[in-house]
Amino acid sequence: MSDVMTVTALWWAVIFSGIYHGINPGMGWPLAVSAALMERRHTAMLRAIAMLAVGHFLAMIGILLPFSLMTFLLQWETDIRIGAGLIVVAMGVYLLINRRHPRFLARVHPARLALWSFLAAMAHGAGLMLVPIYLGLCTVAADEPGHLAAQTLMGNNITTAFVVAAVHTLAMTLAGGLIALVIYLWLGLKFLSKTWFNLDLVWALSLIIVGAFGIYSAYAAH
Amino acid sequence: MTIRPDPTFHASPKLAMQAPVENYAFTVMLSPDGSQSDGIAVIDLKPDSDTYGQIVHQVIVPNKGDEFHHFGWNACSSALSPLTGHAFLERRYLIVPGIRSSRIYIIDVKDPLKAKIHKTIEPEELFAKTGYSRPHTIHCGPEGIYVSCLGGSGKDGTDGPPGIFIMDCETFDIIGQYEMDRGKQDKHYDFWWNLPQDYMVSSEWGLPPQFENGVVAEDLLSNKYGHSIHFWDLRARKNIQTMDFGENHQMALEVRPAHDPTKSYGFCGVVVDTTNLQGAIFTWWRDDDGKWQSKKTITIDPRPEKPENLPPLLQGFEAVPPLVTDIDLSLDDKYLYVACWGLGEMHQYDVSDPMNPVLSGKVEIGGIARGTKHPNGEQFAYGPQMVEISRDGKRVYWTNSLYSTWDDQFYPNDEGGQMVMARVGENGGLELDRDFYVSFPKGLRSHQIRLEGGDCSTDSFCYPSV
Repeated sequence: MSDVMTVTALWWAVIFSGIYHGINPGMGWPLAVSAALMERRHTAMLRAIAMLAVGHFLAMIGILLPFSLMTFLLQWETDIRIGAGLIVVAMGVYLLINRRHPRFLARVHPARLALWSFLAAMAHGAGLMLVPIYLGLCTVAADEPGHLAAQTLMGNNITTAFVVAAVHTLAMTLAGGLIALVIYLWLGLKFLSKTWFNLDLVWALSLIIVGAFGIYSAYAAH
Repeated sequence: MTIRPDPTFHASPKLAMQAPVENYAFTVMLSPDGSQSDGIAVIDLKPDSDTYGQIVHQVIVPNKGDEFHHFGWNACSSALSPLTGHAFLERRYLIVPGIRSSRIYIIDVKDPLKAKIHKTIEPEELFAKTGYSRPHTIHCGPEGIYVSCLGGSGKDGTDGPPGIFIMDCETFDIIGQYEMDRGKQDKHYDFWWNLPQDYMVSSEWGLPPQFENGVVAEDLLSNKYGHSIHFWDLRARKNIQTMDFGENHQMALEVRPAHDPTKSYGFCGVVVDTTNLQGAIFTWWRDDDGKWQSKKTITIDPRPEKPENLPPLLQGFEAVPPLVTDIDLSLDDKYLYVACWGLGEMHQYDVSDPMNPVLSGKVEIGGIARGTKHPNGEQFAYGPQMVEISRDGKRVYWTNSLYSTWDDQFYPNDEGGQMVMARVGENGGLELDRDFYVSFPKGLRSHQIRLEGGDCSTDSFCYPSV
């Protein structure tokens, strides 16, 4: 596969993971419906969606940044990618075995949506799901002809981390926001519980698959 | 864990009202002297069924002397808050505490006709993990299942204050005390909350020595029972304001917040005003500055009576106090039902304007020195007590026993457990249904009722009615 095709596929993965997180009620779109109804103002929904987005973005960048710093260690690149893949798989296995939702999330004040969104994303390994995709993007960039200086490369990788987190969060916000808006404006609250599926198992499996993909691609590139 | 939320979880009170009606009721059966085991009766409520209005199944527990009182669900509509991650619980288990033994039974009612005990939590475990005793009100909320306790630790439950503990909503393991800062709270009874607005309200009956062996007249006349309610920051677990109704307002029992979570008001029933024997309802609300306020909005007068018709406890007063012992609010926040256990009356108030309730319906049945019979001609022991409203607000069910030792003081000649139902008119009003009359097995009394799929004193909603 050519680099261009790989890069395109990886960016689509960033977008799809965002849509996937967005439609998961566990990432918060019902809270946007609730906010609009509680305050009886459309703008309350926009504000709630924005707060959820901020929290989610911070959780993504909080996970991606440490990895972007590690990409500086070029000679360990394969090991880092394999290690990252293993962490993601481990998180998936953990969530598969421990299907309980952390109780501390229930202690966040319902108005502090950004904090809640951040903690919920962290607790469910939402950021980890992006790591193998992100490292794939970094690798393709590093393989570019002309071999950039390590410092430049790291700078590029940090930028990439921000762009990945931003694109992912944008996709997540649009998907979740759209569902919230459609339920609020047209379908009504009855559809809130109807569109709510238990994604716990699928979510844990997604982490395992993404992690395994990361490990596989690290080996393949090696 | 399920793939979709339980169909009995509703986003708003309005959706709960539109949901299919109840098919079964679960009602507490208690042995007043501990000579039999207590149990839960399953009552058929399907009007077209051959066994309509009959007890179709009983879960009888192996121990004696538990004294069942209040009970609740493992999960309710509060699970639809994404904040908590409980969306895929089933409304399947009843949490049934013994108020005298401090033992808790978890009863699996997935198939109501085959309901059975799922787990038992022994009193020793409860004492050790919480420092509380005499578990009472159950609500499912953000951190799991919340249980209020009327006693602290020690033999008579007066070693340390009583309070609320939290139980895991999947394993039913006791997690520990809820309170981080209880402020002035030193007695306990009921509690409820508004989840999106993040506040809780709790109330006060009295300490165990004040109720276990009957009402202590000296304590009542010297105003030593509870007369305050407490407002809490629900998630911070802090008492933020204690509101004293005045010490003559003895026994502030049931708290009923408006079901619609956009509203910041509710009601609390007071059993007796020791200055005039009135029963009272207070409306409480949050003002624009965020401070809680309250006002007495309903008073119910005592009825004069000749001493020879009265139990010894009341002869000196020559009157029957109303004894407001339970209240319940319909899901549309329109009607408040007030059980006057002494008078033998069930009142219906239109509380569309919560500051100006209007009496809109009334039923007489039972009562001290009156003993009004059911329209079917049968006797109704004691007076109307635990009241439960169907989700659609059209049927109101109630039972008759208050608490074993108190029944015997106020109604020394009565015995028996009954459950009746009244129908609500299109524009209010209340009329007993002649055909619905449940008589409980001999020697057993009845107390709280829970309706299959939720009722008006269980579910907490996270989205407003629109």
